[in-house]
Amino acid sequence: MSTVTNGVNVQALLDAREVLKGAPEAAKFVWRASSKWQNGVHSTTRVQEFFGLGQEQTHKSEAVFDADHPEVFAAEDNGITPIEYLLVGLAACLTAGVASVAQNRGIQLRSVEATVEGAHDIRGILGADSDVRNGFNDVKVTFTIDADASKEDIEALVAQSQKRSAVFDALTNPTNVSVEVA
Amino acid sequence: MLERGEVANSWRRERWDSLRLLTPNRQCRLPGHRYEGPDPDGYLTMAEVTEFIERFAKISRAPVRTGVNVTSVRPDGDGYHVTTSHGALACRTVVIASGACNQPVVPPFGAAVPASVRQVTPFGYRDPGGLPDGGVLVVGASATGVQLAAELSRSGRPVTLSVGEHVRLPRTYRGRDVLWWMDAAGVWDQRHDEIDDLTRARRLPSPQLVGTDERTTLDLNALASMGVELVGRWAAVREGDALFSGGLRNVFSLADLKMDRLLGTFDEWARARGLDGEVGAPERFAPTRVPESARWRLDLRSGEIRTIVWATGFRPDYQWLDVPVIDEKGRLRHDGGVVDSPGLYALGLPVLRRRRSTFICGIEDDAREVIDHLARYVAVRR
Repeated sequence: MSTVTNGVNVQALLDAREVLKGAPEAAKFVWRASSKWQNGVHSTTRVQEFFGLGQEQTHKSEAVFDADHPEVFAAEDNGITPIEYLLVGLAACLTAGVASVAQNRGIQLRSVEATVEGAHDIRGILGADSDVRNGFNDVKVTFTIDADASKEDIEALVAQSQKRSAVFDALTNPTNVSVEVA
Repeated sequence: MLERGEVANSWRRERWDSLRLLTPNRQCRLPGHRYEGPDPDGYLTMAEVTEFIERFAKISRAPVRTGVNVTSVRPDGDGYHVTTSHGALACRTVVIASGACNQPVVPPFGAAVPASVRQVTPFGYRDPGGLPDGGVLVVGASATGVQLAAELSRSGRPVTLSVGEHVRLPRTYRGRDVLWWMDAAGVWDQRHDEIDDLTRARRLPSPQLVGTDERTTLDLNALASMGVELVGRWAAVREGDALFSGGLRNVFSLADLKMDRLLGTFDEWARARGLDGEVGAPERFAPTRVPESARWRLDLRSGEIRTIVWATGFRPDYQWLDVPVIDEKGRLRHDGGVVDSPGLYALGLPVLRRRRSTFICGIEDDAREVIDHLARYVAVRR
């Protein structure tokens, strides 16, 4: 019996995997966020409800995120820039993956830290050069992990975490996005 | 035994000209018939494989009826009714041995590729001369993809290779063929009922190997050195652009780590068996080199790519099987070759009973066990 305690209930995840193999409808989730313009480029986005396992679900509490631009963009800096939220999502998703895979593989983690850097040429969004894209040119994640495992096993954790990461997939592969006016 | 064409039909008609077996000649063994030529470390050409199987059909006196195409198998009483191009048959039991590679798989976005680009599958490909001059995008980096990418690159065409998850292997390890290790160290003997994730094991792409006289390794570093451009897994076509995944580095890492773990198990096995003196020293290979910046977009209308070669795998064809034993993914429901319908059996599918199931040297044990089951079934039902 594994005595590893990373705090991830892997058994529940493995059970869910088995159950959802035979119930693909229940596996269909919809995540939602609702935003409201404040002033300038400042907006507030709230997240609480989502849909999954065939019914409406709700987080224990509502989370509120302010997004703005920094002062060097001549804004008030009431929150991080929207593109920084992508970095938050990527770091959190890969970290969750590392913890889950480690638990599943019986690897005790002591600390997991990641720094995420997104290289961004803002001439794209400013329309200063039509050859420059709006989004990141490159995203670099660096993990520092202290665990009861060899270097190879730790590298394998990080690789497997990318392989099963929702945000890594969403950033590295194209996704259809439709934006409409209600 | 019903054969739609001639003995060894798919080896004769559904392979490209330069293909050789991935397994070395010493592993060409069937019950009572094995390779006995001068080069146990070589690899059979398709003409030689055909000859090998023809010879086995003769010496085993297999009752093969060639040119008989099965068009339907359906349950009938306590057996099956089989319809063929040469009349009908009634039988108590049926063994499906039609293989896992009847149809090349092409992703749905193939339909969105501009008409100016020619698309071929491995079934339609013979040699580079059959393709237009100009750039080729090879999709898929299993054995088929790396072999065709190398051959097309040597023909002088600029080649781009789209790489998803893959299995990297050196051709030789510590002086022996890597498949000798797989066989000798017992990897291929792993049984279907002792593999953790059987679905995944059965979907594993073929390893990046090629059979050549020089026994060269054909991994992505070798291809990059030849000038083949590596891009990520092809994800979509949008407005005439092919869009590739930005996750290339991770599929390299996964394959490098997996290869190193496998080589580690070989080393442990050799040490435990006291073979360290008989084989070369342990080796580790350079990690797959990550391109400075891999392209994630390629304009298919620019003329840069004249041909797309889909090396994106194969699937079995069970359209003729009128028995409800196919799952939602088009796979046969079976347990070690015992199909989910009394009296129906299968042989020659990936990891049917062991990891070696789809290799020539893998059929003997599988066939014996499946036929044992079949014989018991017939005896009980007599």
